[in-house]
Amino acid sequence: MTRSLDLSRPILLAVAALLAVMIVLPVGWLVVYSLSDKEGAATLGNFATLFTDPTFVDPLITTLIIAVSVSLLCCLIAAPLGWLVSRTDMPLRRSVRTLVMASLVTPPFVGAIAWEMLAAPNSGLLNQLWRSISGMPADEALLDIYSLQGLIFVIACYTFPYVFILVANALDRMPGELEDASSMLGAKTWDTARRITVPLALPTLLAGALVSFLQAMNLFGSPAILAIPAGFHTLTTRIWSLFQFPPKPELAAAASLPLLVLTILLLRAQARALGRRGYAVLGGKYGEPRLIRLGLLKWPAVALAMIVLAMPLFLPYAALFNSAFSRVASRIVSFETATLHNFRFTFLELSSTMPALKNTFLLASSSATLGALLALLIAYIVARKAVTGHKVLGFLATAPLAIPGIVLGVGLFLAYTRPPLTLYGTLWILLIAFVTIELPVAYQQLSSAFHAVHPELEEAGRMLGASRLRTLADITAPLLRSAVIATWCFVFVAVIRELSAAVILFTSDTKVLSVLIFDLKESGDVGAIAVLSLTMVAITTLVVAAANRLSGTRLQARPVS
Amino acid sequence: MRRRTLLASTAASTFLVPFGARVVSAAPPPEQITPALIEAAKKEGKVSYYTAMDLSVAEPMARAFEAKYPGIKVAVERTGSERLFNRIAQEVASKIYRVDVANSADAAHFLPWKRQGWLQPFVTVDIAENVPAEQRDPDGTWVNQRTHLSAIAYNTSLVKPEDAPKGFKDLLDPKYAAKMVKAHPGYSGTIMTATQQLAQALGWEYFEKLAKQKVLQVQSATEPPKKIEAGERAIAVDGSDYLFWMAKERGAPIQVVHAVEGTPLITNPMAVFKAAPNPNAARLLVAWIMSAEGQQFIVDLSGQYPANKLIKAKAGRPALASIKTFKEDPALVEKQADEIKARYAKIFKV
Repeated sequence: MTRSLDLSRPILLAVAALLAVMIVLPVGWLVVYSLSDKEGAATLGNFATLFTDPTFVDPLITTLIIAVSVSLLCCLIAAPLGWLVSRTDMPLRRSVRTLVMASLVTPPFVGAIAWEMLAAPNSGLLNQLWRSISGMPADEALLDIYSLQGLIFVIACYTFPYVFILVANALDRMPGELEDASSMLGAKTWDTARRITVPLALPTLLAGALVSFLQAMNLFGSPAILAIPAGFHTLTTRIWSLFQFPPKPELAAAASLPLLVLTILLLRAQARALGRRGYAVLGGKYGEPRLIRLGLLKWPAVALAMIVLAMPLFLPYAALFNSAFSRVASRIVSFETATLHNFRFTFLELSSTMPALKNTFLLASSSATLGALLALLIAYIVARKAVTGHKVLGFLATAPLAIPGIVLGVGLFLAYTRPPLTLYGTLWILLIAFVTIELPVAYQQLSSAFHAVHPELEEAGRMLGASRLRTLADITAPLLRSAVIATWCFVFVAVIRELSAAVILFTSDTKVLSVLIFDLKESGDVGAIAVLSLTMVAITTLVVAAANRLSGTRLQARPVS
Repeated sequence: MRRRTLLASTAASTFLVPFGARVVSAAPPPEQITPALIEAAKKEGKVSYYTAMDLSVAEPMARAFEAKYPGIKVAVERTGSERLFNRIAQEVASKIYRVDVANSADAAHFLPWKRQGWLQPFVTVDIAENVPAEQRDPDGTWVNQRTHLSAIAYNTSLVKPEDAPKGFKDLLDPKYAAKMVKAHPGYSGTIMTATQQLAQALGWEYFEKLAKQKVLQVQSATEPPKKIEAGERAIAVDGSDYLFWMAKERGAPIQVVHAVEGTPLITNPMAVFKAAPNPNAARLLVAWIMSAEGQQFIVDLSGQYPANKLIKAKAGRPALASIKTFKEDPALVEKQADEIKARYAKIFKV
């Protein structure tokens, strides 16, 4: 039997080379730069500056305070809410679950801008409302969003859903028998919760805490919007400030490395925490978890859920709608004062709107397509152990998880502003950034999908003489259709809201929607921001809805930095 | 590109001028808007205009130009002048040539741009005849488009006129703590220029004291007017004065203060780039903006002070000559810019 031409080896090499270009090169340049001085000579001076200069030490400490607080706050909110939704007969629990997931569609920086409209000390709508109710004098405020606490709160608003999803899913899967046994042995409902449910859910909560820590640490948008007016930097905004004139790429590279190292360490810790989850589930089939009857407590419970949902969802969107139709964001519009001025300005006058929309669409769809294809290919090679060395591919495909967006942005900037590949100023560099950032999730989604497809089907195809690629195209891909569509959408949505890498890599010709919103934020054009943010969220929601319909599966959410 | 190396290269180029040679203006002969220029510009079909002017003025101005010359689209790239300077430097270093016309609120930017040979000399009859000599480059590479001030202002529904500050030193009064908003010299050319003038007049100790007043720090000089109109803060330490006036004329409770110490004065030069991808549309845009019609448009809409002598300032605004202003010194701003940014960041922590 003659072996038909099989392209798997060249493909393996090509994929490995591509991943190297995407990951190894930027990280490599980052390390090189961090160890160089302005003239390019080797030095440790950048790190000395990093750990002694207060303009770096302060942001470093601030960042850690924020990350720890966000992490605790998220667990404090997400754990009870996840339990209520998964384990009790709380009314509206299904809607609550959907709405928490829906709040993830909001890019965190849009949430921060909306909260500025709500809780700026003087003009914030909530403060105005409070003053009119309580008679508090005009120069005092109930809430001050321009503060460390304000920033922590806003980041937590858009981070707790990740913890919530982890906790709710874990509680869903937890066997009901253990709790049944406990109650049969005479334990009261609350004792069972305390002695059985909580300990079983603890590893997941720990993983959730680490995820939110990472998210808070690596976030750029919200601190840029709230911390700078308040007069402090976080590490990400400080890195970004090093790209202002006169640019100091060496220091930016050095300041990026702690984020990279911390992220890697925390991801390992998280994998450990989740790895221990196994001890809860031993043997056999489990009964449906029993729902705890809340009785009269269900009303306070649902009220609590609604209050929690108001923070990332109801209040911010009310504020965005208000300023979209208002001439001055701090005034509540009525039918008489409502104006289309902001819509006219954004879509008819602002010359960056259309190019930014075009670039965003082009990048989102091409990153989604390329990302899904690449992830499919890698997932296939790894799942079927198609070639020796497949493990390297799997590792490389998940490695970008450890690279925060802003760090990747800095790395790509250093790597591609020089020959041989001068990609800076083109959409290509953004494409590389977005595909790299989204690859791990795409890969993880598709690789779990692959495990569900039986290899026999492929083997049959191969036996009938089809090449590997042919088999992949004709047999495997159709079976994975819904997973591929879900992955595509996932990347699409994530790219639309990406800011931290884009803000380093864009040029005036390659501006995307998130960067345009950020630009407008710096000049205080709140009305246009509200219109663009709502447009952005509308597009995202449409895509997610279409995807749900097409694929018949629910999209799962995950962190984006 | 670092300013230090820029300085070195100037030193070199002055050295090359033969000792005693008569310095002759290199400005090209003044041009008119000819049908041939319009035709060539229309063939290019677009022009990219980098500016720091507020979008509420820059975009309508661009649309007015488009209406006058159908078939030429103006892409307005607006950000703070210091950001523009950085963006252009990064683009040129990566051989990305996109800027056709640049308009900065930091007049110092035009010195290194000119020295590096990035600017294309271009003079129209309007510029040569109607713009005062000190507001244009003798070699014809740049011309002031308009002048504005960085003024103090307050929201009259939050501060009574009798409690209002009269000048910069008044702002140090503890009664104004946590009531002020201020823009950033690392972002805004208006504020960079103003900071240099204020530091020269009042010393850096002034800023050190001001930083203790819990000032809300925003980026663009175009934002303090929006923040005090919204009532977020009562007093703006600085900001583009035309936006305060525009808000006031719209009915917002805003009062402009011309400080007793003096008010920072900001010219806004404009230049055509040599590597402009749309050189004809670029020249047409500059020619139109400097014409009586273009200047009148800016004055009518925003009330900024026109560079073209034929155009009268907007009625209802104080005459520029009646205001005590500081003197603008671009050469000094250029020399001190990096230090100003570093010191400011240290004092205000961002």
